[in-house]
Amino acid sequence: MAKLDSKVPEGPIAEKWTNYKAHQNLVNPANKRKVDIIVVGTGLAGGAAAASLGELGFNVKVFCIQDSPRRAHSIAAQGGINAAKNYPNDGDSVYRLFYDTVKGGDYRAREANVYRLAEVSNNIIDQCVAQGVPFAREYGGLLDNRSFGGALVSRTFYARGQTGQQLLLGAYSALSKEIKKGSVELFTRREMLDIVKIDGKARGIIVRNLVTGELERHGAHAVLLGTGGYGNVFFLSTNAMTSNGGAAWRAYKRGAFFANPSFVQIHPTCIPVHGDYQSKLTLMSESLRNDGRIWVPKKKEDAQKIQKGELRPTQIAEEDRDYYLERRYPAFGNLVPRDVASRAAKERCDAGHGVGNTGLAVYLDFKDAIERLGRNVIEARYGNLFQMYEKIVDENPYETPMMIYPAIHYTMGGTWVDYELQSTIPGLFVGGEANFSDHGANRLGASALMQGLSDGYFVLPYTMQNYLADQITVPHFSTDGPEFEQTEKEVQERIDKLFAVNGDETVDSFHKRLGHIMWDNVGMARNKEGLEKAITEIQQLRKEFWQRVKVPGEKTGMNVELEKALRVADFLEQGELMALDALTRNESSGGHFREEYQTKEGEALRDDKNFTHVAAWEYMGDDKPAKLHKEPLVYENIEVKQRNYKTA
Amino acid sequence: MSNTLSYSSITKKIWMSLFGLFLMTFLVVHLSINLLLLFDPSRELFNIAAHFMGTNPLIQIFQWVLFAGFGFHIILGVILQIQNWMARPKGYKVKGTSEDSVFSKYMIYTGMIIFVFLIIHLGNFFVLKMQGDVPEFHQPGAGEMEDMGLLVVNLFRNTGYVIFYVIMLLLMGFHLDHAFQSAFQSLGLTHNKYTPFIKGLGHFYSIVITAGYIIIPLIIYFR
Amino acid sequence: MDLKLKIWRQQGPDAQGKFVEYLVQNISSDASFLEMMDILNEELVAKGEEPVAFDHDCREGICGMCSLYINGRPHGPDTAITTCQLHMRKFKDGETVVIEPWRAKPFPVIKDLMVDRSAFDEIIQAGGYVSVNTGGVPDANAIPIKKENADLAMDAAACIGCGACVAACKNASAMLFVSAKVSQFALLPQGRVEANNRVENMVAKMDVLGFGNCTNTYACEAVCPKEISITNIARMNREFFVAKIS
Ligand SMILES: Cc1cc2nc3c(=O)[nH]c(=O)nc-3n(C[C@H](O)[C@H](O)[C@H](O)COP(=O)(O)OP(=O)(O)OC[C@H]3O[C@@H](n4cnc5c(N)ncnc54)[C@H](O)[C@@H]3O)c2cc1C
Ligand code: FES
Repeated sequence: MAKLDSKVPEGPIAEKWTNYKAHQNLVNPANKRKVDIIVVGTGLAGGAAAASLGELGFNVKVFCIQDSPRRAHSIAAQGGINAAKNYPNDGDSVYRLFYDTVKGGDYRAREANVYRLAEVSNNIIDQCVAQGVPFAREYGGLLDNRSFGGALVSRTFYARGQTGQQLLLGAYSALSKEIKKGSVELFTRREMLDIVKIDGKARGIIVRNLVTGELERHGAHAVLLGTGGYGNVFFLSTNAMTSNGGAAWRAYKRGAFFANPSFVQIHPTCIPVHGDYQSKLTLMSESLRNDGRIWVPKKKEDAQKIQKGELRPTQIAEEDRDYYLERRYPAFGNLVPRDVASRAAKERCDAGHGVGNTGLAVYLDFKDAIERLGRNVIEARYGNLFQMYEKIVDENPYETPMMIYPAIHYTMGGTWVDYELQSTIPGLFVGGEANFSDHGANRLGASALMQGLSDGYFVLPYTMQNYLADQITVPHFSTDGPEFEQTEKEVQERIDKLFAVNGDETVDSFHKRLGHIMWDNVGMARNKEGLEKAITEIQQLRKEFWQRVKVPGEKTGMNVELEKALRVADFLEQGELMALDALTRNESSGGHFREEYQTKEGEALRDDKNFTHVAAWEYMGDDKPAKLHKEPLVYENIEVKQRNYKTA
Repeated sequence: MSNTLSYSSITKKIWMSLFGLFLMTFLVVHLSINLLLLFDPSRELFNIAAHFMGTNPLIQIFQWVLFAGFGFHIILGVILQIQNWMARPKGYKVKGTSEDSVFSKYMIYTGMIIFVFLIIHLGNFFVLKMQGDVPEFHQPGAGEMEDMGLLVVNLFRNTGYVIFYVIMLLLMGFHLDHAFQSAFQSLGLTHNKYTPFIKGLGHFYSIVITAGYIIIPLIIYFR
Repeated sequence: MDLKLKIWRQQGPDAQGKFVEYLVQNISSDASFLEMMDILNEELVAKGEEPVAFDHDCREGICGMCSLYINGRPHGPDTAITTCQLHMRKFKDGETVVIEPWRAKPFPVIKDLMVDRSAFDEIIQAGGYVSVNTGGVPDANAIPIKKENADLAMDAAACIGCGACVAACKNASAMLFVSAKVSQFALLPQGRVEANNRVENMVAKMDVLGFGNCTNTYACEAVCPKEISITNIARMNREFFVAKIS
């Protein structure tokens, strides 16, 4: 099988991307019209790519699950987007952003990709401003910045607490412009259920029209997936309800390697779980850690009283509070990276210091900030987040500290792609959260938006052309061929099989059970025993699913339960691969924390000798274990060190 | 007319509010003439004013502009309303409970009632006058003219008519209350600082105008 | 708490719909409205019935996917929130809750409580963008923008396109939605360049799609989850007027 070739261009790191662009193949303007491209997903990655490819003159077809491209999950991102503009003059540079991202990712990301990301980050901000994205500004009329975890500079651009929304609406407006022009054709309420390969190349997709229930065939010279992450394997996460790994999983089953599936990010500041009917978790932006201080009661007795409702947090004296992040990590304090902050919260709660009625929560307190800056400054900065919190929890965070707890938030793992963001299936490109590329074992805050837009606006429009340059002589595809026929048949069979089960347990019930297995064993802290148990339990659950799941309704027309069942069927396979990957990676790195591998102080302990690689899994068949391929990671521009957030 | 139909929604609204504002200034003029009946029980001033309005060539031309204003305001109002009804072919089971401006919901109804009133009103005065059925008013030094004032006073001694008149004017007041600030909104004349003032002025205007019109028949009736 | 639900059920776009009554029991007051709907649906599926179809995705009030006209108010009895952020503590035990889809000619029902809002996309496609292509743009700080205007633009840009404004308006008018986009761009130098064409084209599209006319009733502002101000409508009227006469 194909050896992993990352296709990183030659030359010094700062010149690789320039060199690539200078020497890549291009498609001449008249020929672009002869080339069709399918883009699945209208998030930052898919939306930006579809718009940019349309602008270049390609025929683009773009697909999304929601009723409008504007509703892709990227809309929910709150805090901000990083760029190395150095507007605050605090010492930022492309290299520093690159360095922070690689270090934040615990040295498990590919250097060249990350460098390119840092390099184009500035173009993203320029582009968005030109599109009319209303970033926050200072009184002088220039752009404002805030700081995020894992960095010693302020490099995060933001639009109140709705940065993702504004960036996505920017991409959506660019996309709308192209739709009007006719270069992009939009297909909403469609879910991609498979990839069609012809002669080994990706040449089309099978989608289900969610309104009519019909299966549709779409052909193209190349396919791009910008389908987001698979955090919903855990059932409860901060992801939107329809976020799913299905598209990437289908690609995997058609031969695209899946990289680092176990690298999942657990976000430290989410509203804690409150009941088993709960459908999703709500993130409180990381930006809150700029001004909020995290603490738990020093004394266990206090914590217990709070859990029982006998004591209020405001009654705990200053000296009885343990600001554990400031205590453990003096240099970064409350702004340590997410994995570190999450684990520290878990450690305190496991030790019995947690608060809330479940004991699974810590405080995020704004008292000092309000005293120092005044309530209106805090309101201007985080007003909408505070309001959101109050609506959900029914407590006023200006007066009582917020309660937070870690939750599944982002997946660093994803489809393996090379420097060109092409998967191991030729002609299948993957961008945004769906690929594995830039964040290693942990993503820094405000870097996903950066990556999505970097892939979409500035990388894929180049690299896809390089691939398409020799495709101009290939005529438009007819979707009547046997490959389309066969793939559609297989999808239809999958759907029929789900209906045929006609069991007695709902899809959500299976999903929740999977979520529990994942959270308990493949969550914040993992160990060999738990992972092995998870694998057996998932296999068992999967078997049960196919014997007992209940999908009501018809195959035709809108059927939400069927949609969910198809996704959960994929999650049930994906979860197992995640556990397997976690089991195979005998080290702790970033979001992947193996209890067996930690320092005396409880910090993650990497094994650079054996695990400085990307684990790319190849699908070998339903009844055979996936095969592991390793892409070694070489660090030429950064000295690999133990991550240290205690001193600068 | 087909042109009116194809006007964009905002164009229609702009015309609507321009005509509306125009009609509102007319109401002020009309009221000030009516008030003469109170200040001068001999009706002389009123009759002079009425005579002037009825004979001055400029006003005569203007009168047609006024009719056109009414006409367009009404036609546009009806077109807008029909389109609005068509925009929601199937209604809700539970009627809207969201807080909003109350009078605005009934503009078409208050408007239609005012229209009917207008016709009756014109019938009472204008048509009679056109037909020359108005008694003469003789006043030394003032010359010959019709005694429009008497016509009014006689009507305002009729209990039924006074009640009818008062109700009609209250409805017109509701119409005006929404209309005033609405016109500014439609014309885009809003501003953080001044809009609250305009809204206040709108309430003031509609109250003063309504009260002014209503007080006349009441005083005459009880005098 | 226990609730009686009266829910609009409609098999498909052309099907005849009707209200169906359901009882839900033991709902926690901490549950969100959509979680209550999930519980109902789980029960329906367990009984082999088809669950109630409704739109939702992010469940945190930002994607604009959720809708529902609850007891006579889009997004239900609370202010400045979407249905997914509505919590059951806003209801009383034993209350009857009537749930209807958005009703407007340009928003046809797809199934049950789900409507087709692609009309909004069409309005944006008519001009809700700045015509710049990727690349070749000036530095982000090249044009300073008055903070006040940037903030006002952000206020307008906060629109999530949920359609509550249309649903609440007695005329099913889309003016608040359209004006929010027009305003965002009108307030920024980047958007000013095409301001005249934009407002004319977007308004024309809005009219063609069959939305009603604004009669300044302001129900839209009252129900908007993002509290978009009707001063945006005034601004659009002004922009439109200026565009027409220039
Ligand atoms: C609550 C929250 C807050 C966040 N805040 C930040 C932040 O402040 N800064 C930051 O940098 N990052 C943040 N992130 C992360 C970031 O938002 C996401 O990683 C990023 O937006 C993903 O973008 P994307 O384009 O890859 O995918 P998405 O935006 O997830 O888009 C996926 C698209 O694919 C479509 N799709 C998926 N599957 C299919 C299929 N089978 N068929 C058809 N279409 C399909 C969907 O319809 C959708 O259009 C946040 C994430 C969350 C959950
Ligand atoms: S589900 Fe996204 S706004 Fe309610």
